[in-house]
Amino acid sequence: MIKEIGKYFIFLGQLLVNRESFKTYYKLTIDECVGIGIGSLFLVALVSTFMGAVTTVQTAYNMVSDFIPKYVIAQVVREMIVLELAPTIIAVIFAGKVGSSMASGLGTMRITEQIDALEVMGINSISYLVLPKVVAALLMYPLLVIIAGICGMMGGYLAGTLTGIITPNDYVYGLRSSYNPFTVEFALIKSFVFAFLVSSISSYKGYNTQGGALEVGISSTQAVTSSVIAVLIADYLLAQLLLAK
Amino acid sequence: MIEIKNISKSFSDKTILSGFSGVFEKGKPNLLIGASGTGKSVLLKCIVGLVYPDEGQVFYDGRDFYGGDRDKMIEVRREMGMLFQGGALFDSKNVEQNVMFPLNVLTKMPYSEKIERVNFCLKRVGLENVNSKMPSEISGGMKKRVGIARAIVNTPNYLFCDEPNSGLDPQTSMVIDDLIQDLSEDLDITTIVVTHDMNSVMGIGEKIMFLYKGEKLWEGNKNEITHSGVKELDDFVFANKVMNSLRNK
Repeated sequence: MIKEIGKYFIFLGQLLVNRESFKTYYKLTIDECVGIGIGSLFLVALVSTFMGAVTTVQTAYNMVSDFIPKYVIAQVVREMIVLELAPTIIAVIFAGKVGSSMASGLGTMRITEQIDALEVMGINSISYLVLPKVVAALLMYPLLVIIAGICGMMGGYLAGTLTGIITPNDYVYGLRSSYNPFTVEFALIKSFVFAFLVSSISSYKGYNTQGGALEVGISSTQAVTSSVIAVLIADYLLAQLLLAK
Repeated sequence: MIEIKNISKSFSDKTILSGFSGVFEKGKPNLLIGASGTGKSVLLKCIVGLVYPDEGQVFYDGRDFYGGDRDKMIEVRREMGMLFQGGALFDSKNVEQNVMFPLNVLTKMPYSEKIERVNFCLKRVGLENVNSKMPSEISGGMKKRVGIARAIVNTPNYLFCDEPNSGLDPQTSMVIDDLIQDLSEDLDITTIVVTHDMNSVMGIGEKIMFLYKGEKLWEGNKNEITHSGVKELDDFVFANKVMNSLRNK
């Protein structure tokens, strides 16, 4: 375990040495951004809309006292979506979709000697292949989290108003009342950390694949498992560091 | 010229190479032969730096490959071209992009020069009008030829071929062998070919080293290989039915 963590940090160190020209990375990063961002947009929007809808219905179900005003439902939905559901649950989905794709792509390149071909050409394969993925994840994941937040609150609005749980006015009032901007900052800080963890851990797992097609599948699975564990640990640590009073 | 001094490599407790030394000459194909599992590919990987040897040195025209820092190693590597066993073409790029790749990353050549060079190299390996094909759309032999074109596009001083004929029919194998020989002579580069194909050995084996259990057991050329007097080499050479029938005649 300790040895593996050490190897991971050495791998990260290789990201920034013997780099190629900026132009080379620019195109690769844009390509990765399209794959990561546009490719994940539908799934993120779908999941977050339903998360918002379900959160609204469940919060309403749990509010048994008539003394609690209805707009509190929207407040709860807002806090849950912004603080936890958008950055963290979407990170788990991001690890499953993007992380596994990164690991299997790099794993396949490894077993078919494409990574060796890069090395023999005198190209730092870690920097060339992984840096654009990490940069693209850092650029795109926070945007996906913002979209997830918006979709989540929209989903809550639709579920709440269409079923008569809450009026549109109450919902919008609830979203706006007692708003603390730091929660959004906190969500964005988390999204940067999670993007880095998922992209770098998945790339590390894929890059170090040894064997054949079976091992590519194993690396892909390990990439998702390790990324999710790292995201959950980081989630707790960040909450403890930035929110604990 | 590539000179190897006392290369040894073990994985866990298993010794793969023990004290291999040899000189690979310029302008002709140098063949590394031996049965499967004798350490040929590991030796080749030690020579190009894909696997670090436990002991020993590799000199590229007098430059100590493992003696300097990483920048020196990269400098030498940028003079290398390598044909991998499976071709190792980038499957997200088409033939033209694959061959142009080293020029894109390692040079500042204008596009017009790059495309001219790519087309020249593709023509050199006997491929035309395949620029837009993806690696999945071409045959194994064509992949190898694209691999060779990519290896020579940046005019390397050292060419390495890891089992260039594996999985190919005898006719295509001969085409690849002739290509490797012609390139070595025309470009005056140091070429190392790892193979266990006796057709290649008898066709282009101007300098041959025979590996057995991680050690160099014999060195010579194609004219000397059939009467080396080394039992292990005879077992390897005459395991081929054609060679054996010639021997019996």
